Amino acid sequence: MTFHIDATLRDRKLDVSLSLGQAETVAILGPNGAGKSTLLSVAAGLLRPDAGSARLGERVLFNFDGGNRVWTPPHLRGTALLAQEPLLFPHLSVLDNVAFGPRSAGASRAYSRDVARHWLDEVDVAQLAERKPGQLSGGQAQRVAVARALAASPELLLLDEPMSALDIHAAPHLRRLLKRVLTGRRALIITHDVLDALMLADRVVVMEKGRIVEEGATKEVFRRPRSPFAAGLAGVNLLAGTVTEDGLRTPAGAEVGSLHVAGLLDEEAEPGRPGVAAFPPSAVSVFPDAAHGSPRNSFPVSITDLEPHGDHIRVRAGDLAADITPAASAELGLGPGSHVYFVVKATAVQVYAA
Amino acid sequence: MLLAAGSLVAGLAGCAGSIGAGSTAAATSPAASASPQLSGTVTVYAAASLKATFTKLASEFEAKYPGTKVALSFAGSSDLVTQITQGAPADVFASADTKNMSKLSDASLVDGKATNFATNVLTIAVPPSNPASISSFADLAKPGVKVVLCASQVPCGSAAQSVEKATGTTIKPVSEESSVTDVLGKVMSGEADAGLVYVTDVKGAGDKVKGIPFPESSNAVNTYPIATVGTSKHKDLAAAFISLVTGSEGKKVLGDAGFGAP
Amino acid sequence: MNYSGIPRWIYGLAVVGGLFVLLPLAAMVLKVDWTQFIPLVTSESSLTALGLSLKTSAASTALCLILGIPLAIVLARRPFRGQRFLRAFVLLPLVLPPVVGGIALLYTFGRQGLLGKDLELAGIQIAFSTTAVVLAQTFVALPFLVVSLEGALRTAGNRYEAVAATLGARPTTILRRVTLPMVLPGVASGAVLSFARSLGEFGATLTFAGSLQGVTRTLPLEIYLQRETDPDAAVALSLVLVAVAVIVVGLSYRRPRHATTPVEAAV
Repeated sequence: MTFHIDATLRDRKLDVSLSLGQAETVAILGPNGAGKSTLLSVAAGLLRPDAGSARLGERVLFNFDGGNRVWTPPHLRGTALLAQEPLLFPHLSVLDNVAFGPRSAGASRAYSRDVARHWLDEVDVAQLAERKPGQLSGGQAQRVAVARALAASPELLLLDEPMSALDIHAAPHLRRLLKRVLTGRRALIITHDVLDALMLADRVVVMEKGRIVEEGATKEVFRRPRSPFAAGLAGVNLLAGTVTEDGLRTPAGAEVGSLHVAGLLDEEAEPGRPGVAAFPPSAVSVFPDAAHGSPRNSFPVSITDLEPHGDHIRVRAGDLAADITPAASAELGLGPGSHVYFVVKATAVQVYAA
Repeated sequence: MLLAAGSLVAGLAGCAGSIGAGSTAAATSPAASASPQLSGTVTVYAAASLKATFTKLASEFEAKYPGTKVALSFAGSSDLVTQITQGAPADVFASADTKNMSKLSDASLVDGKATNFATNVLTIAVPPSNPASISSFADLAKPGVKVVLCASQVPCGSAAQSVEKATGTTIKPVSEESSVTDVLGKVMSGEADAGLVYVTDVKGAGDKVKGIPFPESSNAVNTYPIATVGTSKHKDLAAAFISLVTGSEGKKVLGDAGFGAP
Repeated sequence: MNYSGIPRWIYGLAVVGGLFVLLPLAAMVLKVDWTQFIPLVTSESSLTALGLSLKTSAASTALCLILGIPLAIVLARRPFRGQRFLRAFVLLPLVLPPVVGGIALLYTFGRQGLLGKDLELAGIQIAFSTTAVVLAQTFVALPFLVVSLEGALRTAGNRYEAVAATLGARPTTILRRVTLPMVLPGVASGAVLSFARSLGEFGATLTFAGSLQGVTRTLPLEIYLQRETDPDAAVALSLVLVAVAVIVVGLSYRRPRHATTPVEAAV
């Protein structure tokens, strides 16, 4: 019982191949426009791909490869979709919203309502059963939407940024709820939040420009990101290039130009192979002049932004970042456009295979 | 310069002696009224059934009296009466029945007395193929024949009613239209098997309908009166136009169109 | 927040615009012979015409719903080649003189018309029947329903339908349990407008259906005929028609506000 999808959609530049195990939750990460929602729509049957095939257990969702084309309409797929907005049917009570799935599957009204009550109880909003969606808060409505999706007993749950429309007080509550209900379920969840991925997903997939650029166990991806997007989420600086004996050489077009980055080689990193150098912003110091002498790296950069980050100031220069104290920032007189040097010890730089 | 002065004098003369000149013109022969001082525009409100004939007579009038123009307005007689009583600038009113002319004279809007200038009688109109094989007025009462009449509230309808009464025939129409053109339209399109319309309507429709005259039509002869409107500012022109309509030119044009003599 | 941002002169023109509509109605009311009003509007022919008008308008509204709802859904939900042309043609009766509509219907359903011949062979005669009145009214009223509903459908969007589908609802279930309930205010106001338009239909009926008391002579045709002989009766009946129309349109503008509240709150 696995889910596998292989889809190409030329209009949206989507070209993805992905598999999910029996009880696996996979988080899809990636910048806006990477094709994450498109992938979910294709899986749900709301968008038709140009080519590819998908299978959910024994059921063929679609198959556009080979002779006879197969297309299973959304209502026969067993893939419930939970969007950013709860999209509760405004004319139905909370109870009837949740009973919608069982009813549509042909269950009696009474039985469907029993199922609905069970799921409302499961998401801790049983007391709201008789209300209309218009009388719910955003967080309550999204909980009801979760209950509604689960009541349809989907074989694959598709969650499209379920927390993004909630305020910061309601989000943690829903996150805990999702953690509880997603355990033992198969789900795809689109998120922009590292915390969601860490808490909810067994595995993450990073998409960029319609393709999967990185995938792996959640903790591994954040510990050793290979894509700029994952690195950004993990909060580490990332430079891509070719592994050398004692570090990494960046190509001519890189952020910092072609230079050598001294660092500690991971055991899998082989000289001459592509690799990445990663180092946390906290390991970066900012100097007005180049600081020479091994084993230190010194990158000439132009500051693009300054922003508060905890009790530090995060100094951004393109994709690179350094965390320094407010006092140091004031002393250096930093501002956007300032030309400075980011200095990092070689021992703080991890070089691993890309 | 001389020409301009001349027409100015003519205009003044026309204004000053309008009533006298008008009544003499109406009384005397059309040739005598062909005085050179006639000029300007005469506005004629005429019943819709007079459209073809009056359009022709208007151009004859303009040819006969160079410098004049005839402005024509056609509508149902009762509509025209309403418009004139509401102050429409008509000089001549030609009605399709005496009833509407009386309405206007009751409102003291008729100058002098109206002159009857034509008559019209009903005829049976059928589609060219005559699908219901109508040959007499009595055939209209046969069951299954789709007959369209005018509603009794309008002149053609009351005429039909008079014929029905006089002959003791009861027609069960499928529709009672509010104008004779609507009756004719339903026959022309083949929706109806027969309709009662005026002789002139059938003549005007050419070969799109066939007319079946019936002797009983003499029970309802429709008379067309014409008169100068009391509020007219061009009474001499109005009188000249009326004398053209009632004179030999008018008789010929109206006769050709199927109208009878008054 | 009391600031409206409306320039003062707008109010002046708005008042003129309001008067432009109200003044003729007021003039008509002033013209009514109140001592004769009741006998005039309760005469047999008037009551028959009013009854026929209400009956045929109800029938044509039902027909508009049966034909207009699918049409609006197809126009709003599914882009296809020639959609813009279809929409333009569906809306045509809005701007067409009704008499043109009557002529067109005549050449379609009339005895000699496109479908009329076959219908006549099948024993169905539409010309001069109450059915003809309903067809004429439906022809001119259908665009009101389609426009009103298509707008409501577009505003509602199809996201709810998509969610319903992933919850396992078949398309027909979605239509019945999600789409239609959500656009119910649009359906209601469209139906009311269609009813009002049917009630006022004159030109197409006169051309296509004829005029016979109790069969095809609706209230507008009765007014037109009464005007020939009895202007007082025509004015009195006109007032009845205005009153019915005001009630109907008034209802349609009150209803949606209640029904849309939960939708707006949820979106």
